[in-house]
Amino acid sequence: MRRKAKNISLLLVYSLVVFVLGSAMFFTQAMKREASLILKEAPEMVVQRIMCGRYEPISLDYLNKIRKIRGVISADFRLWGYYYDPAAGSNYTLMVPRNKPPLRGNIIIGNGIARNRMLFREDILSFRGYNGLNHNFIVEDIMSYESELLSADLILISEEDFRDFFGLPSEVATDIVATVRNQKELITIANKISELLPDTRPIIRDEMIRTYDAVFDWRGGILIVLVSMALLSFVIFAWEKASGLSAEERREIGILKAIGWETSDVIAIKTYEGAIVSFFSFCTGLLLAYGHVFFSSAFLFAQALKGWSVLYPDFRITPYIDPYQVAVLFLLTVVPYTVATVVPSWRSAIIDPDSVMRS
Amino acid sequence: MEINNHKIIRDTLRKSNVCMAVFGVSILLLGLMFIHASIQRRIDKPGVEQLAGLVKRLELTDLCLFTEARYTRNLSQTDLNSAFQDHPSSLEHFPAGSIAGPPAGIRRINVKLD
Repeated sequence: MRRKAKNISLLLVYSLVVFVLGSAMFFTQAMKREASLILKEAPEMVVQRIMCGRYEPISLDYLNKIRKIRGVISADFRLWGYYYDPAAGSNYTLMVPRNKPPLRGNIIIGNGIARNRMLFREDILSFRGYNGLNHNFIVEDIMSYESELLSADLILISEEDFRDFFGLPSEVATDIVATVRNQKELITIANKISELLPDTRPIIRDEMIRTYDAVFDWRGGILIVLVSMALLSFVIFAWEKASGLSAEERREIGILKAIGWETSDVIAIKTYEGAIVSFFSFCTGLLLAYGHVFFSSAFLFAQALKGWSVLYPDFRITPYIDPYQVAVLFLLTVVPYTVATVVPSWRSAIIDPDSVMRS
Repeated sequence: MEINNHKIIRDTLRKSNVCMAVFGVSILLLGLMFIHASIQRRIDKPGVEQLAGLVKRLELTDLCLFTEARYTRNLSQTDLNSAFQDHPSSLEHFPAGSIAGPPAGIRRINVKLD
């Protein structure tokens, strides 16, 4: 390989650009898919009550009104809320499961809380209730490590404890979940609920899934910053390459032409050279990105995702590669670079070899 | 004799051959990447189904990704002004807000429903 140092540095920079783009692509695709697979079992519809622009506890009278709407199979209330734990500096989600709730005085905690607070089964966790009194709960069980993506900050609690702890009257709940007979009627029923109970806001399952589609969309949030920075650096990089060849490279082309090479031969060899560098860089960057996202749980992105969170789920993402996106990445990186290397070579190759060598 | 063998190997191992070998290995690794992803997906399937089961059992609506603020913990349940509700004229200040902005599609649908 000629100009080893130059080509190796080229390979490194190029691979790095593909790595950043590839990591963002793999991460977003896999997270979107994971969210859609996991949340496919989410409640069909959640009905919240809105008051003064915020969502407020919903009266249980609303339950019967929703149940009476034609097409609604069932409607039940949910009890859940947030608690800021000053000892750990983190937020927890307290929730009352309808099936098999813990016994009174007991709680089931997520693995993230157990890890953060160094808790084990039978340990006692103390929280300050709405009235300033401390409530002691016995840790009945700890949810599995595998479920951290859903339950890292979750605390399952009995209904009596929940109402005592938050001071929530028995005639209200956090929100209502409804099931409908025909999925196609979901939006119609949501509209009916909005008309019947104007101070409510129905959220359907599709919206929940689409939220994560939007969060991990290429066009949204921090990802667009990441992608645009990587693309911009790639454009600068390709532009530098396209803007001209070094004197040494020009002389090399001049010598090749002087010993009988045709212009087409020079262009062909330069195309191969560019294509090989691009392809190797693409492969290296893509493989590194795959390892980064799926073997090390995207540790470089973790800091950006964590933000101020003290509790962050420790999870491994299931690999999902969209061949279409890999093809787009290939076309976005390999083709422009290869073309960028051909143009200056062609310009040098059409000049008289004698003048090139003399210059 | 040994020196001759080395020479033969060096002569047959042209740079273009090395290049083609690396090219082949790269394609092989890319292929393996797709195969690994497919196998791992099959291995992880029961785990993902278990998570979906947990979602169904506990009636969960969101992933536990951003726990820093109540409106980022359950993204799909937040109302549209939640990021600004802490006090009048308060601005969104949590880092998760830069990743998880209010999605336009949801806003459009909520307008119909609200």
